[in-house]
Amino acid sequence: MRFFDLFELPVSFQIDSDLLLERYREIQKKVHPDNHANASDNEKLLSVQRASEVNDAYETLKKPLNRAEYMVSEHGFDVRHEQHTIRDGVFLMQQMELREELEELESASDIEAAFDRFYADIKKLMTEYTTKFESEFEQGSYELAADAVRKLRFIYKLKDEAQQIEEKLLDF
Amino acid sequence: MAYSEKVIDHYENPRNVGSFDKNDPTIATGMVGAPACGDVMKLQLKISENGIIEDAKFKTYGCGSAIASSSLVTEWVKGKSIEEAQKLSNTLIAEELALPPVKIHCSILAEDAIKAAIEDYKSKK
Repeated sequence: MRFFDLFELPVSFQIDSDLLLERYREIQKKVHPDNHANASDNEKLLSVQRASEVNDAYETLKKPLNRAEYMVSEHGFDVRHEQHTIRDGVFLMQQMELREELEELESASDIEAAFDRFYADIKKLMTEYTTKFESEFEQGSYELAADAVRKLRFIYKLKDEAQQIEEKLLDF
Repeated sequence: MAYSEKVIDHYENPRNVGSFDKNDPTIATGMVGAPACGDVMKLQLKISENGIIEDAKFKTYGCGSAIASSSLVTEWVKGKSIEEAQKLSNTLIAEELALPPVKIHCSILAEDAIKAAIEDYKSKK
């Protein structure tokens, strides 16, 4: 099952999320196990499976990082499960410095303002690598598109960590 | 998931944490990252003129297994020649720390960090 085909959407990172949600609800209504209450056990099982596949497809396309990962996985790059490492020194050094900076935010005089600035920096990086992913993907350079997705994984992880730390610090 | 005692020991008392000046000509720096988990590792080796690793330091942002793997390799490589250090495989690291299969990539990260540092050493010469 191809996820974009399922929702009758073009294969593109730019997605109409309202339309995605609308199509998801339509399909979910059709396949929902409750609508197959009088069906045979086998048909019931199939409808449960189908409903879970549709959920999975929706969750994948809804979130930007998952969507990008899915798009390159369709071209043979399983970024999420691959074991190999990256060695882009400039990028990794920047990631390390951002993680060091994050450790120091705890002692900032205005924590909220410090985190806002930090998120703004992360957002800039996200935009940079998302744009790179999109343009490489459109040109059919899937290896380079996958490389941008690999870097996005580091950036999204950093954002998650920052949010966890901020929540802990601001939790009075 | 239960960590082995050795992982916990290295995680709670990491050896050789820190940095050397990367512009020092006797210092080799290996920077590696694992996209699967978003871990980032920096391994630095101080290498003598005759190619012996005199000292090692690391800085790792990642899970307990990644920190333990990098801490362990800093202990292992000290006193070794770069040829010997190059032979350290991720399987040895994983065995020593009793890493479960889902954490094997942490030992791969540490092995690759050594390799990246040695490449940096060779490129500096």
